[in-house]
Amino acid sequence: MNFNQFGIVFALLGAAAAALLAGMGSAKGVGMAGEAGAGIVTEDPAKFGKVLILQLLPGTQGIYGLLIAFITLSQIGVLGGDSNISLAKGMLYFIACLPMAVVGYSSAIRQARASVASMGILAKKPEAFGKSIIFPAMVETYAILALLISMLAVNGVTGINI
Amino acid sequence: MAMLQMQRIFIYALKKDRKPLLEMLQRQGMVEINDEIPEDNVFHKTDTSHAKSSFEKNINACRDAISIMDQYAPVNKPMLSMLNGRTVVSTEDYDGFRDKYEDTVKTANRIIACNKAIAENKAEILKIEIQAEMLTPWVAFDLPMNFTGTKYTKSFIGTLPKQVGLDAIYEKLSEYMPVNVDIISTSKEQTCIFVLCTKEKAEGAYEALRGMEFAHPSTVADRAPSEQLVVLKKQIEEAYTTIDKAEQEIIELAKTREDILFLQDYDKMRYDKYEVLGQLLQSKSVFVLSGYIAATNAKKLEEDMTRRFEVAVEFEEPSEEEDVPIQLKNNAFARPLEWVLESFSLPGKGEVDPTFSMALFYYLLFGIMFADAGYGIIMIAACGFCLIKGKNKIEGFTKDFLEMFLYCGISTVFWGVMFGSYFGDVFDIIATTYFGVTKVPVIPPLWFFPVNEPIRMLTFSMALGIIHLLFALIMKMYQLARVKDYIGILYDAVSWFALIVSSTLLLLSMDMIKNILGVNIVIPSIVVTISAVTAIVSSLIIILTNGRESKNPIKRFLKGIYAYYGITGYLSDVLSYSRLLALGLASGVIASVINKMAAMAGKGAVGPLVFAIIILFGHAINFAINILGAYVHTNRLEYVEFFGKFYGGGGRSFNPFSIKTKYYKVKENMKDEF
Repeated sequence: MNFNQFGIVFALLGAAAAALLAGMGSAKGVGMAGEAGAGIVTEDPAKFGKVLILQLLPGTQGIYGLLIAFITLSQIGVLGGDSNISLAKGMLYFIACLPMAVVGYSSAIRQARASVASMGILAKKPEAFGKSIIFPAMVETYAILALLISMLAVNGVTGINI
Repeated sequence: MAMLQMQRIFIYALKKDRKPLLEMLQRQGMVEINDEIPEDNVFHKTDTSHAKSSFEKNINACRDAISIMDQYAPVNKPMLSMLNGRTVVSTEDYDGFRDKYEDTVKTANRIIACNKAIAENKAEILKIEIQAEMLTPWVAFDLPMNFTGTKYTKSFIGTLPKQVGLDAIYEKLSEYMPVNVDIISTSKEQTCIFVLCTKEKAEGAYEALRGMEFAHPSTVADRAPSEQLVVLKKQIEEAYTTIDKAEQEIIELAKTREDILFLQDYDKMRYDKYEVLGQLLQSKSVFVLSGYIAATNAKKLEEDMTRRFEVAVEFEEPSEEEDVPIQLKNNAFARPLEWVLESFSLPGKGEVDPTFSMALFYYLLFGIMFADAGYGIIMIAACGFCLIKGKNKIEGFTKDFLEMFLYCGISTVFWGVMFGSYFGDVFDIIATTYFGVTKVPVIPPLWFFPVNEPIRMLTFSMALGIIHLLFALIMKMYQLARVKDYIGILYDAVSWFALIVSSTLLLLSMDMIKNILGVNIVIPSIVVTISAVTAIVSSLIIILTNGRESKNPIKRFLKGIYAYYGITGYLSDVLSYSRLLALGLASGVIASVINKMAAMAGKGAVGPLVFAIIILFGHAINFAINILGAYVHTNRLEYVEFFGKFYGGGGRSFNPFSIKTKYYKVKENMKDEF
């Protein structure tokens, strides 16, 4: 049995995990924020635009996950090209995807909780909207850092010759 | 820097000029009324709450009337009508409205009454319809429903539950013969019956019927059911006519819509005026008003007022303790960002207005994060179109908002060209898919592709971050220089500035860092030595001085050490700028993912159509998500990294007594002034 056949399996597992976990986190997060937002809009429909912005903030992790998944897919040849990857390299791809997958999942949910709390600010003190955006944006930093590392790692692994 | 100097203003005038003077102040909108003088034996405040509540009632009535009119006589608002701003009316029109005032209030209330009539009649129709439905099974019955019997007989009209046969009823009533039973109608749910028996046996018969769960009908009228149905139908028709009439009346009254809009604004102005009136200190024939005014407007206001009224105007520099309101004044480049600053906080005591310094980096950072020429052109086109269309009409926040995104759009185009991003790589995709071009990129980037050289982009992002942070420290020096805290400049700003510059140089001299960042600059050894010395000296200064407010030397030293630990803060601040790379890549790569998906549609007959649809929807979504991301994270970099170094905020916004209306604004007529 040729173990190197499993290279592509791990690589694809990595890509799928990035899209899967980050997407799950964002779906859960945007859902939570949406429930809270709907409550505010029933009280004051004029706040819809601002509520929507707060609801969307935890949605970016899913997009970052998609991004990493897509870069990985194109690097490992699933979208066409050479898909002959050694087991070691496939595992490296898998590991490279992990930061985005795991941090994406948990940061989306934490960010959603900050978003929901910020909606409280919006409901009571609409003039402090600028500040209320910043609290969820703080959480996003870590998703961005994870995105950065995953992106650099996936690009870097392509260059490694094993 | 760009903050108007405020002065305290005192106006002493005659009571007879009270109203015109206040109206003039309101139209000029230069003074924030802020009365802190206490009442005494001579000067008193008047209670205006009664007048205010009547204005408020009218304002609410107008608001209701307008929404009712919108429902029954909607006005076709042209697209982009929001760009038209408020209509300008002259002071003559304003004064002339007094004649129409009573009528307009009546009209507004009449509209509300009509709406109420409509609602009531609709409820009435519902009620009648239910009655009619109940009567329907009785149509075949030709006696009035309240028929109780004749001289010797007693009748029972009502329903039995479920379907019951004639035999069953006769069986139950057999003891009380003679009895006549008629079944009027029958269905699965109920059976409508008419029972006639002699008066003597009526009680017993009734008991027997009760045993069968006999129930009286809920509506009883002195007409036969079929006649009653006709009456009910007529009532419904009448209700509909009333509704129609009321609707017609609303549509007719809606012709005076403009007047109602004006009334709402008119009473809003009067409400604000009486609010101020209630704050005035008045004696028998004189009143006093005090507040804040920007020093630049002071002279003009004094001239305008002394020309028209007999007044005495006095100006005074506000004292240190006073909570002076803040009015920002910036050039065209920075002004659109005033609202961004305001949503953080206005400058507190002793702070400068950082809007301009923020603007220098705001557009730049936004452009790098969005970085797509195609998206930038959309922004420029949309904002530019609105600004030209609504020239001289849009005001305030809408205008600033559009201008801000116009400038951000210009920056986005610039960085898009630098990084070779035009809706991602749409040109390459179209060229390779449909025109068989093999040489990509069609338009090479002016600088480099961040996707291909992410490390180079990361280095650039962090370098920009260091510059931004150093600039924040320069702002801090400037701010400390203004309050003449020269020791603070050396200890709190220069020391950190030197430390950051020297440690950056030291890091760059290390081979490991050079390899990671992929930069290839040779730093002369003399510079390295100087940097090392500077780093040590500035570190010592920070450790020894940053705890200087403590008297205890040990405590002071420990505080200094803790302050020096803040260097980790600078490190994370610099790393935070890596979001420039991440967000820039995100928008570019998602755009190319969309393009790639669209290209999968291939050539064929429907290929280009599917291609166009995917491109349109995909880029619309990517645009929306990334413009939001770029806006939020530019704000974050400014609020947290930049402001964190020197700016605390906490100022109070200047809130002048002015025309705060929704539809109309009154322009002080020049003729009026002479």
